[in-house]
Amino acid sequence: MAAFLLRRLGQVIPTLLILSVLVFALQQLMPGDPALILAGEERGDPEVLAQIRSELLLDRPLVEQYLHWLWRVLHGDFGFSWRIRLPVAELILSKLPVTFQLASMSFVIGVALGVPLGVLSAVWKDRPADWLINGVALFGISMPNFWLGIMMILLFSVQLGWLPPSGYVPLWEDPVQSLATTIMPAFVLGTGVASILMRHTRAAMLSALAQDYVRTARAKGLAERRVVFRHALRNALIPVVTLGTVEFGKLLAGAVLTEQIFTIPGFGKLVVDAVFNRDYPVVQGVVLATALIFVTLSLIADLLYMAINPRMRQT
Amino acid sequence: MSATPWALEVEDLSITFRTDRGTLRAVEGVSFRVAPGRTLAIVGESGCGKSVTSLAVMGLLAPNARVGGTVRLAGQPLDDAGRRAARGRDMAMIFQEPMTSLNPAFTAGDQVAEAIRAHEGVSLRAATERAIALFERVRIPEAARRARQYPHQLSGGMRQRVMIAMALACRPKLLIADEPTTALDVTVQAQILALLDELKRETGTAVVLITHDLGVVRDHAEEVLVMYAGRMAEQAPAARLFDRPEHPYTIGLLGAAPRLDEKRGRLASIPGTVPDLYRPPPGCRFAPRCPFSIAACDAGQPEFRPLEEAHRAACIRAPLEAALAA
Repeated sequence: MAAFLLRRLGQVIPTLLILSVLVFALQQLMPGDPALILAGEERGDPEVLAQIRSELLLDRPLVEQYLHWLWRVLHGDFGFSWRIRLPVAELILSKLPVTFQLASMSFVIGVALGVPLGVLSAVWKDRPADWLINGVALFGISMPNFWLGIMMILLFSVQLGWLPPSGYVPLWEDPVQSLATTIMPAFVLGTGVASILMRHTRAAMLSALAQDYVRTARAKGLAERRVVFRHALRNALIPVVTLGTVEFGKLLAGAVLTEQIFTIPGFGKLVVDAVFNRDYPVVQGVVLATALIFVTLSLIADLLYMAINPRMRQT
Repeated sequence: MSATPWALEVEDLSITFRTDRGTLRAVEGVSFRVAPGRTLAIVGESGCGKSVTSLAVMGLLAPNARVGGTVRLAGQPLDDAGRRAARGRDMAMIFQEPMTSLNPAFTAGDQVAEAIRAHEGVSLRAATERAIALFERVRIPEAARRARQYPHQLSGGMRQRVMIAMALACRPKLLIADEPTTALDVTVQAQILALLDELKRETGTAVVLITHDLGVVRDHAEEVLVMYAGRMAEQAPAARLFDRPEHPYTIGLLGAAPRLDEKRGRLASIPGTVPDLYRPPPGCRFAPRCPFSIAACDAGQPEFRPLEEAHRAACIRAPLEAALAA
């Protein structure tokens, strides 16, 4: 167990390093000169431009820029946003709770809908209920989030006036208002996750229900409910848990379009604004933070996998 | 009413499956009885209907199966609800594949304890203690430690012992063993069969042993039912059947059975293939492969008729000796 954790952590460091090189290099391919954007009105003055470039080390070789940035990151310093003049770490930490709240709510909706519906559609395979559930899931996968978001705003905010159409209130300031502002984007994101989880749960359940151990469970006289939910589902969940963690990671990486439509100030909005402003330190910081989240989640996925799959445990 | 000497009575059992290709008549007109403490072996090639017969008794067939006829357990007729209630308590079953028949997500002890708790209102602790006692009874060494292990940590023979412990958990009147040793090593096979014999003697459980291994039948069964293409071919006490088989199919099987006490250059086999059960032939189903068939064999289904006391066969030419001499 300890050896496994050490080995996994050993894999994390090179992954993050390679990723940081990639992000740094890719930014250089983006058109546009940050110095020009930062100079604003004075962009015609070569002296101002030279001063900005020297301040931001943009006149140094790329490798030096990268190592300089990496050195500071290793000391916990992600630098300053060129545009907003705030520490990148502070920006990330201020957006993270927003995205985390939205991601968690979406994930709860996704799991609460996707897993039970997947089980039911497997149990009712090839019956009308199965067709209905599959049809709805297909709709959920194919429907673009921005379209569903706009439709929900039209119905619940414009027509019925039940929910605010946009904006965000932090959970600790006003929990009710906070839920009211996030429930629609969470539902939009959650239905997408639910559709994916439903289809995978259904496939895993169908395969589990055909196993010999399910016949054994019936042969020993267990109620069908127990056969389905204990014996089959326990095994079917093993692949679904892994998939679920990946989906949660995707939610945490920020939902660019959904956050844009509902004007939620989360990760997605932060990174889009940073890219448009050529705010390199922010882009680098956000991408690195996202990568760290993903790597951590995949570690959690592995641990969960070991917890529910006895064959993975060493004795 | 329940004062019957039989643990299991099956009368005129028929099983059909509705599939995309049409209606498959898997089993027709099968009847047999087993007394407490005795073993009936059901023998035949793959696809002869021996496994579906046992699954029908247990009520474990797929939903597209239609089962006809009557099944009585200790004199009580079983309908669907009765089968569900009796499963695991009054009748139990062990399967061919010990490697896959246990749930990989739960410990061996939990799975046996669950079988006890499904039928008796005992605490988890009490059920676990009984599971360990059952493990000892089926000769699992270090029973308490093994009970805490997962199936993947146990060998095939050990897993089959766990399955037997699970089957015996509620002292069933009937135990169906569907090719219980086919997937095991020869030495383990012998141990498992000896264990089944011993438990049968101690508990008085009736055993239905499904197998294609005539060597197993000879050593472990009192009665034998030979099935061919979904119908009964021959039924007799084991000693009698091996001594004087009357159905040409049984004779062929006995010729095809490898025997340890006899050196053979190669295995004998029965030429031809099993008939298509979607469109069975109108006459005797074995006639196309039978070396003794005559024109009358194709005319209609042969009656399953007594030849001598407990010996019955579905062959118009039986007893063959007399028929061939004539």
